[in-house]
Amino acid sequence: MELTRPRVGLFVTCLVDLFRPSVGFASVKLLEEAGCNVEVPENQTCCGQPAFNSGDRKDTADIARAVIKTFSAFDYVVAPSGSCAGMIKAHYPELFAPGSADRQAADALAEKTYELVSFLVRVMKQEKVDARFDGTVTYHDSCSGLRELGVRAEPRKLLRTVEGLDIVELEDAEVCCGFGGTFCVKYPDISNVMVAKKTKKIAATKADLLLAGDLGCLMNMAGKLKREGASLKVRHVAEILAGDTAMPPIAEAE
Amino acid sequence: MEQQASEFPANVKRAIADSQLQWAMTETGPRFIEKRAKARANLPEFDALRDQARDIKDHVLSHLDLYLERYEAKVVQSGGQVHWAETTQEARAAIISICKRLDAKLATKGKSMISEEIGLNHALEQAGITPVETDLGEYLIQIRGEAPSHIIAPAVHLSRDQIEADFRKAHTHLDPNRDLTEIPTLVEEARQVLRQKYLDADVGITGANFLIAETGTSIIVTNEGNGDLTQTLPRAHIVIASIEKIVPTLEDATTILRVLARSATGQDFANYTTFSTGPRRPEDPDGPNEYHVVILDNGRSNVLGTEFQDMLRCIRCGACLNHCPVYQAVGGHAYGWVYPGPIGSVVTPALIGIEKARHLPNASTFCGRCEEVCPMRIPLPRLLRHWREQEFEKHLTPGAVRWGLSVWAFFAKRPKLYQFGTRIAARLLNLMGGRKGKLASLPLAQGWTQYRDMPVPQGRTFQAMWKERKRG
Repeated sequence: MELTRPRVGLFVTCLVDLFRPSVGFASVKLLEEAGCNVEVPENQTCCGQPAFNSGDRKDTADIARAVIKTFSAFDYVVAPSGSCAGMIKAHYPELFAPGSADRQAADALAEKTYELVSFLVRVMKQEKVDARFDGTVTYHDSCSGLRELGVRAEPRKLLRTVEGLDIVELEDAEVCCGFGGTFCVKYPDISNVMVAKKTKKIAATKADLLLAGDLGCLMNMAGKLKREGASLKVRHVAEILAGDTAMPPIAEAE
Repeated sequence: MEQQASEFPANVKRAIADSQLQWAMTETGPRFIEKRAKARANLPEFDALRDQARDIKDHVLSHLDLYLERYEAKVVQSGGQVHWAETTQEARAAIISICKRLDAKLATKGKSMISEEIGLNHALEQAGITPVETDLGEYLIQIRGEAPSHIIAPAVHLSRDQIEADFRKAHTHLDPNRDLTEIPTLVEEARQVLRQKYLDADVGITGANFLIAETGTSIIVTNEGNGDLTQTLPRAHIVIASIEKIVPTLEDATTILRVLARSATGQDFANYTTFSTGPRRPEDPDGPNEYHVVILDNGRSNVLGTEFQDMLRCIRCGACLNHCPVYQAVGGHAYGWVYPGPIGSVVTPALIGIEKARHLPNASTFCGRCEEVCPMRIPLPRLLRHWREQEFEKHLTPGAVRWGLSVWAFFAKRPKLYQFGTRIAARLLNLMGGRKGKLASLPLAQGWTQYRDMPVPQGRTFQAMWKERKRG
């Protein structure tokens, strides 16, 4: 039985590693409960998006080669982020010339890379989770997960199986929150208009908790909500699906 | 048109502080989105049509010389004339020379983005010819002395109050005490003012949504009928269009027309789709005596065969603007030149140079909504990224950004050093704000903390904790 368990390499993502390890542990728990053997390669840092989106192709390709090398032996690569998984899946192959050895390796890795929640539903065929949360949540669809990977139904499907949890849909859930990686510090004024529109819609849901699948977007929205003095809490969807809420919500005190 | 694309950051500040503009954007933005969504939902083959539309334009772009020559031959056959303009200067000169030969004093104009691109109105005025815009939105911005802020809705940034004030200022021959509170009254007033201009005009200038190679026909798509009056009543009709407007056949044009209005305004079809082939024939009851087509390149042929070629598929529907959260936050004028929004940020660097337009491709979160709705399936985020690559290669990226990036990349390629650094950073940031869970201000991150709090790390990195857990 143990032999048939897929071997999953967890791509932690730089933000989860630095800011919110609890999301990483929630991801491990979900993957293990779904029947995976999870490993976390030490040789990982970041997927390379800061360089890629700044037009620095050389550094991006260097980082991509390192990620490919580190993760190529796994059955699957899973990241608790649509953005980083999208980078590996949709963009790594673009970095290398068609037919090259690098391209073949990038294609092979892209093939088996998934965003966490969609991996649980699509590959592990998970129908429900064993978790409880008493309250109303709303969900923001982060852009890369939504548009590069088509993640939309999966988080809602699993959230509906969390005991005690109600979902209320967020108006304009599919509109960007204004994070955009380095965009939010390069063009803070525009980013602020975007996130302020988002927090207004979030407040209108009257939910207790905002969830999303990407820590960058979550930090942006949580940071704005806290600056505005909102009482609503913010967490990564993995924490709720794993029933792992021991750590305080994003940008909240202990 | 004078470009202010290089002033993007200052333009943005002004736009965001402009409460009237912000109000106008939130009023109109969502309506375009709803209407398109509805139109799309009502046409099951919509996405298949997008594929066809893309393929038609891709085919044209790889045989552009052939179709342009074929088009010219057909225009000549039907009694018209084609004027090739490599630069905006040549395009202006061609139009003014026609006007001068006809001793024209008044030119009515249908809506044309190419006219904006070549700065035609200014050039006509310099030559002693009065241009009158007949599209309502274009008319409004003409009397205000402004540039369009949207590709299909040039006055989308204006409120009814502003329009009323502008009309009172511009139409001084009318009763100053007239009632202009209702929008239909404003439209009626514009109609009355313009009616006489159509009749008095010596030449009519329009753009073209399509040029048909098989017949030498130009097509305009309008909702007000102003284009028809502009092009049929004066002695000469001058069409101004860029090289990529060509499609092989009428059939091809109708395929693309099926996605154009749906993507633009959510209409199944625009109110008027007008086909013009040559000047008035002896048996025609009306029409111009002369039919001219000025075809502009202005750098577009340099884009052919490059990684940027896909931008030439654009049919100027404006869907990417309507769905862009950045455009919706700052409006069209902030982009500083003729074409705003995602397509503008791709096209403008190609036409005026990336040096002058370097901000535009960076002002995107790559959220991908533009590509998702583009009827011609232009991969806008990818093209924006290609411009960023050019900026990086040409060292146009600001020094501080390059430096930060190189430091980050140095660590990102060295996992051991990187993890040593992140362990310290996690601890440090946690100590700075751990008890509150957030930081209200953070040195070197003012761009972030100016508007939002910075969530504080939990204190240790995942990698460090995982290692500990593995050790047991």
